[in-house]
Amino acid sequence: MIGDLANHFLTHWNYLGCITLMMIGLYIAISRGNLVKKIMGINIFQASVILLYVSMGKVSGGTAPILIDGRPGAVYSNPVPHVLMLTAIVVGVASTALGLALVVRIKEAYETVEEDEIVALDRAEDEKTLATEAREDAADGGAA
Amino acid sequence: MTDGATAHQVATEALSFADHLPALQVLLPLMGAPLCFLLRKETLASALTVVISFACLAISFSLLGQTMDGEVLVYEFGGWPRPFGIEYRVDITNAFVLVVVSLVAAVVFAAGPGQARRAIPVGREYLFYSAALLCLTGLLGVTITGDVFNVFVFMEISSLSSYILIALGRERRALMAAFSYLVMGTIGATFLLIGIGLMYQMTGTLNMVDMAVRLEAVSETRTILVAVAFVVVGISTKLAVFPLHQWLPNAYSQAPPIVSAFLAATATKVAYYLLIRFTLGLFGAALVFERIGVDTLLMPLSVLAMFMGSIAAIYQTDFKRLLAYSSIAQIGYMTLGLSLATEAGVAAGLIHLFNHALMKGALFLVAACVTWRMGATKIAMMRGLGQRMPLTMAALVASGLALVGVPGTAGFVSKWALVSAALEQDHLFLAFLIMASSVLAVVYIWRLVEVVYFAELDGEVERREAPLRLLVPTWILAGMTIWYGLFSDFSVDVAEAAAKQLFLGLGGGA
Amino acid sequence: MSPETANTAIVAALCLPLLGALGVQILGRFVSDNARDAWTVLIGLATFSQVLRLVGPVVDGARPSVALPDWMPGLGLGFEVEPLGLLFGLVASGLWILTSLYGFGYMRGHHEKNQTRFFTCFALAISAALGIAFAGDLVTLFLFYEILTFSTFPLVTHAGTEAAVKAGRLYLGILVSTSVLFLLLAILWTSTLADGLGFRPGGILEGRIEGGQATLLLLLFSNGIGKAALMPFHRWLPAAMVAPTPVSALLHAVAVVKAGVFSVLKVAVYVFGFDLLSTGGVSNLVAWIAAITILAASIRALTLDGFKPRLAYSTISQLSYIVLGAMLATGTAAMGAGLHILMHAIGKITLFFVAGAVYVVAHKDKVSQLDGLGRKMPFTFGAFCVASFSIIGLPPLGGAWSKWFLVTGAFEAGHFWLGTVFMVSSLLSIGYLMPIVVRAFFRPLPEGEEEGVADAPLLMLIPICTTALLCFVAFFYTDAVYDLLAPAFGLG
Repeated sequence: MIGDLANHFLTHWNYLGCITLMMIGLYIAISRGNLVKKIMGINIFQASVILLYVSMGKVSGGTAPILIDGRPGAVYSNPVPHVLMLTAIVVGVASTALGLALVVRIKEAYETVEEDEIVALDRAEDEKTLATEAREDAADGGAA
Repeated sequence: MTDGATAHQVATEALSFADHLPALQVLLPLMGAPLCFLLRKETLASALTVVISFACLAISFSLLGQTMDGEVLVYEFGGWPRPFGIEYRVDITNAFVLVVVSLVAAVVFAAGPGQARRAIPVGREYLFYSAALLCLTGLLGVTITGDVFNVFVFMEISSLSSYILIALGRERRALMAAFSYLVMGTIGATFLLIGIGLMYQMTGTLNMVDMAVRLEAVSETRTILVAVAFVVVGISTKLAVFPLHQWLPNAYSQAPPIVSAFLAATATKVAYYLLIRFTLGLFGAALVFERIGVDTLLMPLSVLAMFMGSIAAIYQTDFKRLLAYSSIAQIGYMTLGLSLATEAGVAAGLIHLFNHALMKGALFLVAACVTWRMGATKIAMMRGLGQRMPLTMAALVASGLALVGVPGTAGFVSKWALVSAALEQDHLFLAFLIMASSVLAVVYIWRLVEVVYFAELDGEVERREAPLRLLVPTWILAGMTIWYGLFSDFSVDVAEAAAKQLFLGLGGGA
Repeated sequence: MSPETANTAIVAALCLPLLGALGVQILGRFVSDNARDAWTVLIGLATFSQVLRLVGPVVDGARPSVALPDWMPGLGLGFEVEPLGLLFGLVASGLWILTSLYGFGYMRGHHEKNQTRFFTCFALAISAALGIAFAGDLVTLFLFYEILTFSTFPLVTHAGTEAAVKAGRLYLGILVSTSVLFLLLAILWTSTLADGLGFRPGGILEGRIEGGQATLLLLLFSNGIGKAALMPFHRWLPAAMVAPTPVSALLHAVAVVKAGVFSVLKVAVYVFGFDLLSTGGVSNLVAWIAAITILAASIRALTLDGFKPRLAYSTISQLSYIVLGAMLATGTAAMGAGLHILMHAIGKITLFFVAGAVYVVAHKDKVSQLDGLGRKMPFTFGAFCVASFSIIGLPPLGGAWSKWFLVTGAFEAGHFWLGTVFMVSSLLSIGYLMPIVVRAFFRPLPEGEEEGVADAPLLMLIPICTTALLCFVAFFYTDAVYDLLAPAFGLG
């Protein structure tokens, strides 16, 4: 039984690696309050998916997928996942860049990139507006 | 064009202009985006955007006209036949969604950037139009493509540009809203990517039709079951299904109202289309509903969304936030239609897709008008607006009544269809719940009407209507909510035909 | 009369009030108040004459109809005139003329603002009521039912005060919630059971539903038709008393409540059919709810001092007579219900007219303040006495006939206790109506009040006396109404 399990793990180590990275990435993205760290977490998450695709493209005993003349029976690894992942990398870069650009703007606006501080600042702003409104209502009520 | 051989034949023959329409549907806005970037002047960029979006509207109407009788249009890029190349596949369902998206785009873009103008440095307005056209490209691309990875790519194109557009809101919270949406949206898209990867692994193809055929053989494997989970969750994030809806209230309320008008009426609709396409078309009703039971999960979540959204909307103090929570409830109606797992249910969901796009588009445009004149959309600030901006508020009443589902409006048609579909399955209690949530909608719409029309105004009342550029698109959409309530043949017939075709599955059709 | 002319009469009857509304707006804003009011009367007469034109064909057995193109696949807007609907249409359009005259007197005597808006909404409401009367299927009925709710809302909140707005909210809240939550659901349920939603004599649900499900569906219908003010969805009626009295007269005699009970009767006869209702006691639950409403509302009316609130609860009680008659599911009982639509309308409108006249002339709105007013306003209170007798059910007033048929119908159907309910209620109505008459005529005026006659202005007095006279006349012409309604209920 243990032997089967160990065998299973060893032959599927790529998936295990992918899952580990996926969980690490998701955990960082969700649990960390620093916005830059969130983006890094997403990056790690996306990297895990790249790993998943690329590893599934490997055919056992397959060589690099470049056509070899004169060898009709050659086994090639699948190039399609690589191609797909090139696109996915581009998408990942774009979203990272956009995310970081947003972080820069947020830093300018809030002077912090910690999520809880930002939430606190927003809440303080809300309370101030409520207080001003209440004062205005009271003033109107008094005047009227 | 019903099988690969004929399609390939056609690909090698010369294609007429009309045959290129599916490609043009996406290529026009895609080319338009960098063109706007190059045309630095705002008037030129604005004109180009409007022209392109109307052209897209014309194209999508033409596509719908061609597919209405059941014919499926297939366009292979580069002439590469299925399954080697990427193809665009237009049937009734996505032609319908294409029409919805391009209609909303044409009407909203004609209104211009609205308040978003404030956040854009002078001289840089062309960037807004570029981003808007990119978003349109992405949405149209997701809808029209017949390749699953292509779906991911276009989805990310539309998402990224929508993050940009949302961040243009006047308050700094818009930045945080855009950021949170980015995080959640990227996670969702990546889940979809994982699902696609697993599906590719088991079938070896990325083409939807091909994959549908091959999936039948492997549908019992654990990989595919997991793939279904990832795909459904990923799309649900984009669709803002409860409880993955957290990004929506902030994003739609903080974004400039024009942007919200566009996104609220299109982005979630396209996500709903994706959900239907993947569950019914690719995986098949047998796998998704009978084997896994996605409908058993989706139904209570939809009901929760309907109630939670409506109840939250009642307590809002900001008009746009109210509309955002209302959207969550309305999305609940659409997913409820899907969860009934019948043709009638899916047809009802599609009818509501159309009608809600019109209603929410109109309501957010009203918010745009209000923001233009009043600077903000706090409900308390809208007191007595009925006298100051009578035409705008009349549009509010029209679309509000449609949202509630008053007979004679589009909302009534969707509600009728949805409840009929529920009653067909003997879900009497469910039908009652749908009615109950409509009554909740009456509460928050009525609150708005009361504030706008019945609140006392201090001081002078001068009529300062919104500018025509904003008012006309608002009234076009508001008028359509009434028109399609009275003459609903179009939406109902198309939706029913689409549902029927969907249930045949992609493996059965072309 | 050829079918075409009959059909145009339907269209004309529905469109004329709309034209009236438009004319009221134009004339009221740009010309003069007198022109506007004259126009209202003119349109009212024209509408009534169009409805009258339909009497001949319907009595002969024809069922004039107009069908509009489908506005939803499978659902079209259709009108079909049958005896019951025609009766309601006659009541609505006929009493509109009198209410308008009364309204002119009231609004001018009271120097009310926003009269143009008032009479515009009146016209719209009448159009909606006629739409309900002539509806040929459930969807058309529902559409006009909702239009009626929304067009009467500005009338309820007319005064614009805090209390009026709150009352309006309650009015709208209850009526819209019940119609969406229950009525629409019931209609949709029916659409899945029957082929189409058109009204048919004998009902469209025969054989499609039975037992507990049928009771549930009937319950959804009767609760959903909130305008019939069945308990516990009756609270909107007393709340709507904040409206000016012409509105109360309109609401409680002409348009809104009669639309409600008419719809209930129509559903009972043309959707369920007597057979379905009587087998297995399907209608028992709703019958008992109606019975409880009759008694509870009558008892409440006894305790109330406010003049209009007392009349409001009397109305709630009388409306349930009609609902109970419908639920008894026999031809005789249904005939009683149909007759009561007419008799109660003319009786109650008189009572409300009097309440309004008292308010305008003497500025009194409580029963306890009415001492001796009868001698000051003899015609007014004379009319009140006549109408009270009709409501109580004493011959030779019209109400006696409707009560006769209701009680007979109850005993015929074997419902002894329900028949008793009618009789007990009559006693209670003596209890809440006669003290007013007694106080007015037989008590001395309070200190400091002058003696001498100072009755209501003529514009108000004429309608008051007309409707009171009608109560009397109706007693002698009931057979004409009987002959009109008999085919609908499978009698004679």
